[in-house]
Amino acid sequence: MDIYLPIAEVSVDVFVLLGLGGAVGFLTGVFGVGGGFLVTPLLIFIGVPPTVAVASSANQLVGASVSGVLVHWRRGNVDFKMGYVLLVGGLAGSAFGVWLFTLLKRLGQIELTISLCYVVLLGTLGTLMMVESVYAQLRRHRPGVRRRKLHQHNWMHGLPLKARFRRSKLYISTLLPIGLGFVVGVFSAILGVGGGFIMVPAMIYMLGMPTAVVPGTSLLQIIFVAANVTLLQAYTNRTVDAVLALVLLVGGVIGARIGSRFGTRLRGDQLRLLLALMVLAVAAKLAFDLTVHPADPYSIVVDKT
Amino acid sequence: MSRSSASRGRGSQILGSLSCTLMDQAKGWGSCFAALILLSAPAHGEAVVADLTSHLIAITTGFTGASVVLFGAIDGPGDVAVVARGPDREITVRQKSRIAGIWVNSREMTFANVPSFYFVAASRPLDEIISPATAAFYRLGVGNLQLKREGAVPPQVGDEFVTALVRQQQRARLFPDSVSKVDFVGERLFRTTIEFPSNVPVGTYLVQVFLIRDKDVVGGQTTPLVVSKVGIGADVFGLAGRRPALYGAIAVLTAMVAGWLASLPFRSA
Repeated sequence: MDIYLPIAEVSVDVFVLLGLGGAVGFLTGVFGVGGGFLVTPLLIFIGVPPTVAVASSANQLVGASVSGVLVHWRRGNVDFKMGYVLLVGGLAGSAFGVWLFTLLKRLGQIELTISLCYVVLLGTLGTLMMVESVYAQLRRHRPGVRRRKLHQHNWMHGLPLKARFRRSKLYISTLLPIGLGFVVGVFSAILGVGGGFIMVPAMIYMLGMPTAVVPGTSLLQIIFVAANVTLLQAYTNRTVDAVLALVLLVGGVIGARIGSRFGTRLRGDQLRLLLALMVLAVAAKLAFDLTVHPADPYSIVVDKT
Repeated sequence: MSRSSASRGRGSQILGSLSCTLMDQAKGWGSCFAALILLSAPAHGEAVVADLTSHLIAITTGFTGASVVLFGAIDGPGDVAVVARGPDREITVRQKSRIAGIWVNSREMTFANVPSFYFVAASRPLDEIISPATAAFYRLGVGNLQLKREGAVPPQVGDEFVTALVRQQQRARLFPDSVSKVDFVGERLFRTTIEFPSNVPVGTYLVQVFLIRDKDVVGGQTTPLVVSKVGIGADVFGLAGRRPALYGAIAVLTAMVAGWLASLPFRSA
């Protein structure tokens, strides 16, 4: 059954959209990553114009993360204080990111910059996580090994403005989450995604948050970032297709519920291993796309009607 | 030579009536349409009369494309060619090339007047019924679109970009892969079917019918066709265009409510 999308100006099969939304929702539920990195290319693949795909996936992300946060919140897995501190940095970061985006665009090759950033960032993160979780797996199977400390102490714990994050069992400087929020904000403005992909590993490894609290808290701040992007896109580019977003959402919420149920059954280290694999897969795909001979070296953009 | 200049004279009349349609599209094309019939065909005494089964393609929520039949009659022997074109758009074509192992957008070229949709049909292969100069003058065929290139690019390079543009438009089903068939029923009656894909751009289209004799255009008629969104789709599109801030806010709120509703059943579970 086909449905006509009024802003994208194409007809697509409703069940394809629902399935796509469902698959991405599943990832959201398990890992707390928004899945924007996945929705956008898939939408482009089924014929939605790239600009509409970027803007509408931000719109669907709002809904998906609201439902995700509510689910995690009922289990007590959201650190609101941490979320708000991250958001302060996030808003400042996205403002800076928009400025940087305009600058890069004027210099040309913004897309290339984005892809290269992604490959380096995700490749490094993925490899680190992979190594760590493989070690964790090995340690588990060896009896008699002493339990690790909750987290290692390093230079980050010497920073000022310390605050207690009860839910995350942390006593750290607020500068850390603000800085992290800022960096993620910059990336989400440039890459046009929620930034969960950078946020989640950073929360686990940089801040040392317990894995269970990470998805809910990450999603909390994604709500605001995605809402901001949706408003800006609707106002400046008029590329938000609300019908498309709504259909994706219907599939997405079903997927997210299955995902979050599945996520709680997994152990922390298994979750991290899966996440590491996914991060590496995305990095590999992007690197591959950059170097492989394109099917058609030409592409077209409609400037004006 | 003399025939070519004569055809140009007639051509300007036909084209004059085209611009009439374009200018009057906002005021309603009914009166203009009537004027067209008076202006174009009978002036030469070579008549072609044609009409479409529908002058409106309504894009509803369940729209999957549409086909419109063009039918008509000619008053003497000859061939018929039909062109349907959507409103012009400005399109930029970018070319990737390999730099240090990575594919990078390197060159680009902008075309000012690319038809958003193009369809062509003829009763016989175009090169058999019309001279290349006349076909080029009337923009008959994908190769004769007379695309306006912007910026200074060497001609050979420009041609590569034109080919790429046509290829991309064909892939989007907005340009035809080949010339469709105009079928004759008996000696005088003809018909052809114009297929519109689901991604057909909205706007006022022009459907031109050419009567061709001795490799030259001797008569013609232009009929408008409106492609428009109707129903909920049109409302959404309208709101997004007129009140973008409000539309954005509604889109965010709708998504939030949908997300909240979706999480509700967990309470009872």
